[in-house]
Amino acid sequence: MLNTTFIVLIPLLPLASFLIMGLFGKKYFKNASGIIATILLLASTILAIYIAYGYFFEYGKINGIYEKLIPLKYTWLQFSESLSIDMGVLLDPITCMMLVVITFISLMVHIYSLAYMKDEERFATYYSFLGLFTFSMLALVISSNIFQIYIFWELVGVSSFLLIGFYYDKPSAAAASKKAFIVTRFADLGFLIGILMLSFYSGTLDFNTLIERLTTAASPELQAALASSFMGVSALTWAMILVFIGAAGKSAMFPLQIWLPDAMEGPTPVSALIHAATMVVAGVFLVARLFPVYASSAQDALVLIAYVGAISALLAAMIACTQTDIKRVLAFSTISQIGYMMFALGVSKYGGENGLGYTASMFHLFTHAMFKALLFLCAGSVIHFIHSNEMKDMGGLRKILPVTHITFLIACLAIAGIPPFSGFFSKEEILLAAYQNNIVVYWIGLFTSGLTAFYMFRLYFAIFWNKEFSGMLHREYRVDGGFAMIFPLILLAIGTATAGFIPFGNFITSDGKILESKFHLQLSIIPVAFALIGIFIAMKLYKKQNDAPNKIAASIQGLYNAASNKFYFDEIYLFVTKKILFNLVAKPSAWFDKHIVDGLIDGTGNSAQFISKK
Amino acid sequence: MNLLWLILVPLLTSIAVLLVQKKQQVKWIALSGATFQLVLAFILLFVYKNEIASGNTDSFLFQQKYEWFPSWHISFHLGVDGISIAMILLTAFVVIAGVLVSWNTEKMTKEFYFMLMILSFGAYGFFLSLNLFVLFFFLEIAVIPKYLLIGIWGSGKKEYAANKLALMLMGASALVLVGMLGLYFSNSQRTFDLIELSQSEIPVYIQRICFPLLFVGFGVFTALFPFHTWVPDGHSSAPTAGSMFLAGISMKLGGYGCLRVAVYLMPIAAKEYANIIIVLSTIAILYGAFATMMQKDLKYMNAYSSISHVGFVLFGIGMLTQTAITGAVIQMVSHGVMTALFFAVIGMIYERTHTRQINEMGGLLKVMPFITTVFFIVGFCSLGLPGLSGFVAEVTVFMGGWEHPDFFHRFATVLACMSIVVTAVYILRAISKTAMGPIKESYLNLKDARWNEKLAAIILVTGILAIGIAPFWINDLIKPGAEIIMQKLSMPH
Repeated sequence: MLNTTFIVLIPLLPLASFLIMGLFGKKYFKNASGIIATILLLASTILAIYIAYGYFFEYGKINGIYEKLIPLKYTWLQFSESLSIDMGVLLDPITCMMLVVITFISLMVHIYSLAYMKDEERFATYYSFLGLFTFSMLALVISSNIFQIYIFWELVGVSSFLLIGFYYDKPSAAAASKKAFIVTRFADLGFLIGILMLSFYSGTLDFNTLIERLTTAASPELQAALASSFMGVSALTWAMILVFIGAAGKSAMFPLQIWLPDAMEGPTPVSALIHAATMVVAGVFLVARLFPVYASSAQDALVLIAYVGAISALLAAMIACTQTDIKRVLAFSTISQIGYMMFALGVSKYGGENGLGYTASMFHLFTHAMFKALLFLCAGSVIHFIHSNEMKDMGGLRKILPVTHITFLIACLAIAGIPPFSGFFSKEEILLAAYQNNIVVYWIGLFTSGLTAFYMFRLYFAIFWNKEFSGMLHREYRVDGGFAMIFPLILLAIGTATAGFIPFGNFITSDGKILESKFHLQLSIIPVAFALIGIFIAMKLYKKQNDAPNKIAASIQGLYNAASNKFYFDEIYLFVTKKILFNLVAKPSAWFDKHIVDGLIDGTGNSAQFISKK
Repeated sequence: MNLLWLILVPLLTSIAVLLVQKKQQVKWIALSGATFQLVLAFILLFVYKNEIASGNTDSFLFQQKYEWFPSWHISFHLGVDGISIAMILLTAFVVIAGVLVSWNTEKMTKEFYFMLMILSFGAYGFFLSLNLFVLFFFLEIAVIPKYLLIGIWGSGKKEYAANKLALMLMGASALVLVGMLGLYFSNSQRTFDLIELSQSEIPVYIQRICFPLLFVGFGVFTALFPFHTWVPDGHSSAPTAGSMFLAGISMKLGGYGCLRVAVYLMPIAAKEYANIIIVLSTIAILYGAFATMMQKDLKYMNAYSSISHVGFVLFGIGMLTQTAITGAVIQMVSHGVMTALFFAVIGMIYERTHTRQINEMGGLLKVMPFITTVFFIVGFCSLGLPGLSGFVAEVTVFMGGWEHPDFFHRFATVLACMSIVVTAVYILRAISKTAMGPIKESYLNLKDARWNEKLAAIILVTGILAIGIAPFWINDLIKPGAEIIMQKLSMPH
């Protein structure tokens, strides 16, 4: 049976955690706050798994199709007869999957942080922020109303801001949190205007009604939305592109990716949770949520999504090859992998076998959450031990951090797409979908998968092999940072190794029906071959210390410099904001106000005085 | 419910404040008076909701009418609808917070509290009046104490700011007076009564003349572009409670007047002039936001940001749709509470660091976690974070603006939407420069908020959250009032 109380409790328990730790944590709980928050989240995780199980195996399927259930809905803010912001729950396959992913990864991060953050003065505050984030993210994925999703979309943004700036006295952290918020805010402006447009054309803000009205060919709403056009593109397509801009900002797609690498200023477990596994895939989730509209009424927008995704995947992978800060490598790898998810949606169509891209995208979202969270938590153990983010300070750590070493290797194999690890299955499906629909995107994806394998193993060899470890072991040294840190690594590694065997097509498809997965031997051998080449090159270059990497970098200097400077995106943005907006708009506005408008008023007063004295 | 209570309580409090001698007594009398006002405001809300729930469909409830100047047909006519109740609640919240943050005023304490109470007396009277003459009378009562508050207890260029503010607002009042007299002489009954005027047909040519007079007159109070220049200097020179009252309550007198008097009585002219209002308010929204980016002084920053934020009030009114007007009223309440809190927090920071320059601060989160947390909350409210009141108000205004299907209104709405990005830029800049970053040595032994400051902040944060988390109550409260205005607007002419 569907139990609505349980569903509501899933986000409310983390909210309770936020309120308790935020209001009383510092004074009354101190070190206990971590445990309390973890227990609350454990309860939430169990409920999420229970609900997802119930949905997939008991009540979700009606006549062989997974339905979009709305078990509850309250009006929150009524604008007019038909338009209102509702707070509701929408249960469908992707919601259920996201509930499980978010609670599980968040739980792992809660446990891991017990050890990782234990010396932190603001321990309780940290857990309260984690609670706020988890609450907002869970509420985002259960949203039944497009404005509800926008509300929690903003709230995850602010929790991300708070957590990136957690080490608030570091100027770089303060700057990074500001940057992340403003860049995503800018993208959200597109989302907001997109919502306004959609609300006008569909006459509703409710997801189910909106999707129905904008996908039924005969509906008057759709006719109207397609009839009016601007610059040769229908109004609906524009609206969907605007919504996608919001999604691209949150998911750090090119050209809005600039905030994510800097977001690594936050504590590493936070990067694992927010900037790898959950929040940054919210954009993918949003596109998936509105996928029927994209696929049936705004195909042009979908083509754009495919190319934005593919370009993001490629450029980010190129940059990742040149970075030396291990968290930044992982950040770019996240952008690249989200690019895969985006272009998988972009090349997909609605319904039946053509909907393979949709399934593949969600599958990759799921597996990526596992292995990317694992990679970040492993990086966390390394950083915890070395007290540095730089590759050059590392090397030869495989004996000292054995669990981290093995789990990291598993995650690297998964992200590189080596069978039988999870990444292989999801990536293979994505490439298959791309092969069938857009050959250009397919080749970009294929080449990127080689690059992915290369930079991941570059990282792996640089951390765990390369030179011998020469530092002193600290007195408080514990293998891999103790149980609280090892446990999540092992659990996530098991997930990473096995998640690929889940028959995703049975559960999550574009139209709710079962999609039989077909296995193409040739098409799955090629990406593996690319990956193996990548791994082989990385091994040659980085397993032992040598200067081949520098020589190669010097031989392709132009490209290397461009990539290592992130293709100068930051500089371009700085130019636009500082030089143009600041100097040409803000400064003149302030000057105009002080001298012209105010001057006129003062002038009136002065001349009156002058005349009266005469 | 007898509405006279709401006028008498602040009046009696101000007299009582004058009668006692000790500072301690003054403060406690003022605080009890403010508390009493808050309680009355809540009772009014409760009684009103009950009346509405029991099916009362009158436009204005709890009306009272006393003859004042019978020869001129001026009667002391009071009455409320949802919009005025929202404004009264706002006033009560700001007054009690203002009394609390001024707890440590050393200079002429008695006179200071007297001024605050007189100001609130004027504000309540203004929001309750249903007679234009009475309304004007209370408007003037609310202007004069501001001059003294800034001139005596202010800082910086206080004489200049006080003069500028008083002269500009007096000039605005003159416009209002002329407009009012125009309405008075244009109707055959020779009446100032709002309800009687609304039922009479005001000739179109009179509307065309009187609407701009009244709208601009009230608009100056609400920082109508380009008559907004009293705002930055006035707000910045005033003492903390003065800024709170000025931005929290006084600016809303104008918005309320524009809606209740100008738009409600002269719907035909309102429709004719609507596009100009939209253009001016869109300019205020964006231009105010960009000008805010350049401010280095926290108080100037909030003053300029107020210009941008109250721009949404006039923008919503100019849109002339029910949703937009509702949004405009919510924005008045939201901005009132938010900006009062903002000024309160800035006052607390200034009292400790002795500077308001953003660049000179840093890392304050370390020594004053309470104050900076409130600073974060109010900043997020200002940039329209969901869960706080600013979001609800702005989104309602946007949705209301978007209801017009034509390009002009859409384009203006998109431009107004853009301010959310600019706002985020200046708010985050202020937050990260003051609260975050490394702390200065000299700040290491600063103390966090005292009880009175904490209480004031908690009261106002409660207001922000009450609208932000559960907006339906205020939406339901305002809707009937907005409907009445819409009925007037949609009447065939």
